[in-house]
Amino acid sequence: MFLRLVSRNTLRHKLRTALTLLGLLVAILAFGLLSTVVDAWYAGAEGASSTRLITRSSISLVFPLPITYRERLRQIDGVSTVTTSNWFGGVYVTPKNFFPQFAVDGETYFSLYPEFILDDAQYKAFMRDRKGAVVGRKLADRYGWQIGDTVPLRGTIYAGNWEFVVRGIYDGREAKTDTNQFIFHWQYLNETVKRLLPRRADTVGIYILGIDAPDRAAEISELVDAQFRNSLAETLTETEKSFQLGFVAMTEAIVVAIRIVSYLVIFIIMAVMANTMAMSARERLPEYATLKALGFQPWRVGGLVFGESVFMAMVGGALGIALTFPVAEVFGQAMGSLFPIFHVSIGTVLLQIACSVFVGLVAGVVPAVRAGNVRIADGLRAVA
Amino acid sequence: MSAAEPRTPVVEIRGLAKSYQRGGQSVAVLSGLDLDIFPGDFLALMGPSGSGKSTLLNLIAGIDKPDSGTLRVNGVDITRLSQSALAEWRAHHVGFIFQFYNLMPVLTALENVELPLLLADLGRRERRERAELTLSMVGLADRSSHYPSELSGGQQQRVAIARAIVTDPTLLVADEPTGDLDRVSAGEILHLMERLNTELGKTIIMVTHDQRAAEAAHSIVQLEKGAIGLGAGDGR
Ligand SMILES: Nc1ncnc2c1ncn2[C@@H]1O[C@H](COP(=O)(O)OP(=O)(O)OP(=O)(O)O)[C@@H](O)[C@H]1O
Ligand SMILES: [Mg+2]
Repeated sequence: MFLRLVSRNTLRHKLRTALTLLGLLVAILAFGLLSTVVDAWYAGAEGASSTRLITRSSISLVFPLPITYRERLRQIDGVSTVTTSNWFGGVYVTPKNFFPQFAVDGETYFSLYPEFILDDAQYKAFMRDRKGAVVGRKLADRYGWQIGDTVPLRGTIYAGNWEFVVRGIYDGREAKTDTNQFIFHWQYLNETVKRLLPRRADTVGIYILGIDAPDRAAEISELVDAQFRNSLAETLTETEKSFQLGFVAMTEAIVVAIRIVSYLVIFIIMAVMANTMAMSARERLPEYATLKALGFQPWRVGGLVFGESVFMAMVGGALGIALTFPVAEVFGQAMGSLFPIFHVSIGTVLLQIACSVFVGLVAGVVPAVRAGNVRIADGLRAVA
Repeated sequence: MSAAEPRTPVVEIRGLAKSYQRGGQSVAVLSGLDLDIFPGDFLALMGPSGSGKSTLLNLIAGIDKPDSGTLRVNGVDITRLSQSALAEWRAHHVGFIFQFYNLMPVLTALENVELPLLLADLGRRERRERAELTLSMVGLADRSSHYPSELSGGQQQRVAIARAIVTDPTLLVADEPTGDLDRVSAGEILHLMERLNTELGKTIIMVTHDQRAAEAAHSIVQLEKGAIGLGAGDGR
């Protein structure tokens, strides 16, 4: 009966309840999306492997390393595989079509990235074609590329018009695997660079080292950097994860801003809802006074208001959470390769639930206390 | 109960005083009031507006506290009870009838009647049965699933009366129960209250301005500036 009072009171002002639920829904949805954006920001680091180290120039990522380091890296104790990667930064048709392009050592690259699943025949075709490229499934789907298609890229770092032929399309082994990459032969890049810009030839952006013992990562990194200390290009070696996090750190301020905004949204809906609850409770003071006259204790009367607040917040929150999934799906697609991985995490949903409950509790507390403590004679007088 | 027996009052009021603060000034509404109410009484509290009728009724019903004096109901001085004990006392001993019915608009007639039983130690089915029985006593068995907004004023007041008696309280208190009703409905309500008094022996204290209502009662207490004026009764 008490629950019936709560639920029927909730539905008393249909429009007011609907608007409050809508506000809650939007707030919880926005919170979920923003939180997912933050997750997506860190997704690269999440997908990082603990058996890969990244070696780059200690001065800055924009300074390349000589290709001659490869042999010396191979000799270092604990390093099992060495491969290279070079940021290309080309433009496909228009600069809006952003996706990462890497010139790699085809012989070794895929063995270090077992999460990229590539058909053996396609891999062989890629290795046979100097201008061959392997693209991620998501990327291929986005532009409708098929095996055998020619993809032109306009170089920005490496001037000129480049042409590649799609020889393979890789899938991700896990949902968090990035299938937005465009991968082609470093050999092809280097040949051209040699002709046009001999000074920049025979260099790579980074080395990626495969190690067998993740727990030795720090020690091996130290060994690598010691090897090249006092040489022309000193190195900085770290795990793939901290390498990725380094990128995130550059944009940390944005992440912080997003976090603040998402909690502001919750705060605002809390204020709105507290106001709604206060309004409803004030209108019903005569009823609460009547209940108290009948002998209901203040906590029971307050519980009615409190229950209504929490009930409403839970319903609005549940709707918001339910909507987060489809909206995130659409949002992720619209964002394209800016956020290669855009998934609503369990952590986000838990936070959404916590926020809903919190909003309900906080919004209900003051009106509940007020309703519970209404002076009966005064409350009854309000009827007349 | 026989008229020859010396009766002990169910309500025993001694030196009751109550004042309100208004504009920094204390205004006495009741001062040193004495009054006895006997079991089975049907008492009409009358007097000009502002004379303190509602104030007195609220004190008797335990929804307000006096400044001084004692107020015993069945020997219990309710002025000494804590707020929480007083709430429990009201649940068991007082049935309220208000001028504006004060039903819960989101509950049906039957649910409204059942509401006070939530505080009694009863099972679900027993509550339902008692509420149904009480609602039929006020002649509204066929309206049990109606909401207050679907009932006339007179019907709403009858539901409110059913709610007041469903717990079988010691006292029924009514503040202008016919104040919002037309003559016919008011007559029905008064008739119902008379029956509760004569047939069920309920002790009723009713504030009213209505002469007809006063006639239904057995005794009249006139309140004049916070003191008892002349009392009139039918000699019961
Ligand atoms: N909460 C309050 N604060 C201040 N003054 C009050 C309060 N309640 C009642 N009063 C005053 O006390 C006096 C008695 O009020 P009460 O309601 O008991 O009168 P009443 O006899 O019931 O009048 P009416 O016939 O108009 O209902 C009035 O002057 C009223 O203004
Ligand atoms: Mg009054």
